[in-house]
Amino acid sequence: MAAAKKGRRAPASQGHPGRTLILVLIAMAALVGGMFYSGTLTPRLGIDLAGGTSFTLAAQNQPGRPNAINETNMNTAAGIMERRVNGLGVTESEVQTQGSNHIIVNIPKGTDAKQARQQVGTTAQLAFRPVLTTGPGAKAPEPTPSPSQSGKGGEKSTGGKSGAQQSASPTPSASATTQGRAVTDALKKPSASPSGSASDKPSAQPTPPVPGGADIPPALQKQYAALDCSSKKSLAQANEQAAGAKPGDPVVACKDDGTQKYVLGPVGVEGTDVKDAKAVFDSQQGQGWIVQMDFTSDGGKKFADVTGKLATKAQPQNQFAIVLDGAVVSDPRVSERLNGGNATISGGFTQQSAEDLGNMLSYGALPLSFKIDDETTVTAALGGEQLRAGLIAGAIGLALVVIYLVAYYRGLALVALASLGVSAVLTYTIMTLLGPAIGFALNLPAVCGAIVAIGITADSFIVYFERIRDEIREGRTLRPAVERGWPRARRTILVSDFVSFLAAAVLFIVTVGKVQGFAFTLGLTTLLDVVVVFLFTKPLMTLLARRTFFHDGHPWSGLDPRRLGARPPLRRRRTAPTQTKEA
Amino acid sequence: MSKLGNLGARLYRGEVGYDFIGKRKIWYGISILITITAIVGLAVRGLNMGIEFSGGAVFTTPKTSVSTTEAQHHAESAAPGHQAMVQQLGGGALRIQISGLDTKQSLPVQEEIAKDLKVPVKDVNTQLVGPSWGEQIADKAWLGLGIFMVLVVLYLAIAFEWRMAVAALVALVHDLTITVGVYALVGFEVTPGTVIGLLTILGYSLYDTVVVFDSLKEASKDITKQTRFTYSEVANRSINGTLVRSINTTVVALLPVAGLLFVGGGVLGAGMLNDISLALFVGLAAGAYSSIFIATPLVADLKNGEPQMKALAKRVAAKRASAAAKEAARQADPDAAEDGDDDAGAAVVGPQPTARNRGGRGRPSGRRR
Repeated sequence: MAAAKKGRRAPASQGHPGRTLILVLIAMAALVGGMFYSGTLTPRLGIDLAGGTSFTLAAQNQPGRPNAINETNMNTAAGIMERRVNGLGVTESEVQTQGSNHIIVNIPKGTDAKQARQQVGTTAQLAFRPVLTTGPGAKAPEPTPSPSQSGKGGEKSTGGKSGAQQSASPTPSASATTQGRAVTDALKKPSASPSGSASDKPSAQPTPPVPGGADIPPALQKQYAALDCSSKKSLAQANEQAAGAKPGDPVVACKDDGTQKYVLGPVGVEGTDVKDAKAVFDSQQGQGWIVQMDFTSDGGKKFADVTGKLATKAQPQNQFAIVLDGAVVSDPRVSERLNGGNATISGGFTQQSAEDLGNMLSYGALPLSFKIDDETTVTAALGGEQLRAGLIAGAIGLALVVIYLVAYYRGLALVALASLGVSAVLTYTIMTLLGPAIGFALNLPAVCGAIVAIGITADSFIVYFERIRDEIREGRTLRPAVERGWPRARRTILVSDFVSFLAAAVLFIVTVGKVQGFAFTLGLTTLLDVVVVFLFTKPLMTLLARRTFFHDGHPWSGLDPRRLGARPPLRRRRTAPTQTKEA
Repeated sequence: MSKLGNLGARLYRGEVGYDFIGKRKIWYGISILITITAIVGLAVRGLNMGIEFSGGAVFTTPKTSVSTTEAQHHAESAAPGHQAMVQQLGGGALRIQISGLDTKQSLPVQEEIAKDLKVPVKDVNTQLVGPSWGEQIADKAWLGLGIFMVLVVLYLAIAFEWRMAVAALVALVHDLTITVGVYALVGFEVTPGTVIGLLTILGYSLYDTVVVFDSLKEASKDITKQTRFTYSEVANRSINGTLVRSINTTVVALLPVAGLLFVGGGVLGAGMLNDISLALFVGLAAGAYSSIFIATPLVADLKNGEPQMKALAKRVAAKRASAAAKEAARQADPDAAEDGDDDAGAAVVGPQPTARNRGGRGRPSGRRR
């Protein structure tokens, strides 16, 4: 992949070595500028080097599940939390169980603690339940006539969007939510409900007895009547209660903003049926950030069955509710069986909240709910003196590398050191900028990995230098040697870097946690190696080959043909050079 | 430099060189010996897994004026043989994690720590912690490695050939076994840093092998079209031709790591650096060694089993016999010599493919102006 791209660029770099060099310098300047602009001048360090914040979470007793707090569930919960706070594996967060019912989460300094708290504290139990009935969120009975229903539509955070959605034609592949909500909202406006039965129901709805209540047990009807979603406290309580209910039982629940309450049937599709969820910006229908879910094949079938059943029913029983941790986040209406295998959740998301929810749904729900017991700062596990010792040692090692390269390659060492320098600047700035961008944090193993990367980067131009020297030994002058040596060196570099890149790509996709973080660093340094050799070392060599110092093989250039043992034009073994065959 | 440069030139031309292939049995023997030692060490001593893998006990102390470094020394002497990790919490309290302790063992350690830090025993809170590097992470890491291995073997089999893929894999297993074995023998604790170090070795070992194989592939491109060299000889010259590169790269890669290991870990006493840099140092050295001494001879062995290569070896032997006969004849009649020499010159392959069209153009470079 990278090979093909770089391969195309190579001829251009041969044509205009100066231009390519300027391009690299501009890129470097831009990265350094970006670093100053963003105000972060050092890479974010991991907990081992910089310390951070530590949360202690306590597992809550689960009503109706007496033995829920056990080792398996705790380990599963720790694993899921790990993936939530460590999405790409580069944030260097740590999650471990403590005792029988606690989990410790450590996040490095500079991570958004509030976001992390939400990420680990949210259970993310997702369920799709059919709506049996619905009404305004305040405590019933309230003798609200039908106009209140239309007011309801306006109040809802999504109400304003209905106009834009009304024209959307119901295509089967489109998301269930979008279609459903569009028509739902439209129906709630009295003028937009042409069918008699539909207009009939909303007017009857707010008053008990509950409409369509034939299949709702009386106890639940009473609960529904008493349910109050309007205050923050009662809302939280209601959510907790709904979250604790068994999947097979009907339940009363509130809309997440407290404006609506529901009686919901047994769970039709569970959160475990969601294969993958991600945040998408919906520009077509102007819904802003939404969360798009893909079902597993089993989940897709269940979803199709449920929607197929619902579509035949009358308002509001043709709605289904997407329930997250006991709160209804979305209540789309279904007009037909949905076979698309996906659904979306919309409504009032910011990019951040949509991405967070997407992550949580993909990584699955916690098997237990947790409460944050304690939050405290922690210092680095590695003392400052250790880091300093490491840096001093690394510097000594680097100085030795410089001495070795100068002793062996002389003038060429300038090219080598300049390439290493460019590579170092690029690596440093990119790692620094990735801190704020994706939460990239550097821990001690990553620092050591970067030191090994010096060897791999150096190898690329050592391979190239040796090729050039071999060409000179064949009796070529420097300029042709630089150009002829390049294709062969290039192939070697690409073939071997591809292996490293393959390792990085596979490990990044498959693994989680620190291994994923390692794969990220490996992939980054490998790509930078290719970039530096193609766009910096090679053009620089082309330019330098024109200088007399190198071209004439000054003894200090490292390219002196005599010292390299270049062959004289006549081979010693040949008795009669004129007889040489051109093969 | 002049001498080194000349050595490079003579290595390049095959005028001098070490017979890596011919002496391969010695090196195979040495490698097998080291590998067996590593495996025995691993079997006998086992790996000392860190708290991240095995869990352990966590002690939370009340506010204390003892520094984290001192506390670490106290904790390690309280629980000999285990590694301690000390962090200061907000408000001056310490969190001390010690690997491999169970409930029973942690009690005396708790008392010891309390005594050392001069705080009441009941104020030291002790709890057992689970591994932060859970099974899930380990499982996924193994899965990732498995997929990578399959892909890399496929890639090498396509880009090179299956024999090279096999040899690269053998070299990789060799490197990793030695590194892990050294770990078991030294008794350092295995941390996530060690695992990352091993993965780095995995990448480097394959990388280095591929660089050497690339030159071998180039050298042996037209091998069946000539009768001057056997595959083993071409392979040997190819190793010698890239020897300068191998040495330079290894030196440049090893110097900084050696700095970390000997200066950082040894002289300056940064304990945590030891475990990572040891893995890297041993692994990098093994990786460079195995590419030359194990992987390439192994390819030659596998190749020589091929009928084509057997036939080639026969042709080369026949050719040499006839050349020897001619040589004998030349001594009798000097005029006959040219024929044989010319033939050989035209058929040059491998380590110096560009030599072919050089005939009339060659001139001393740098003398042009």
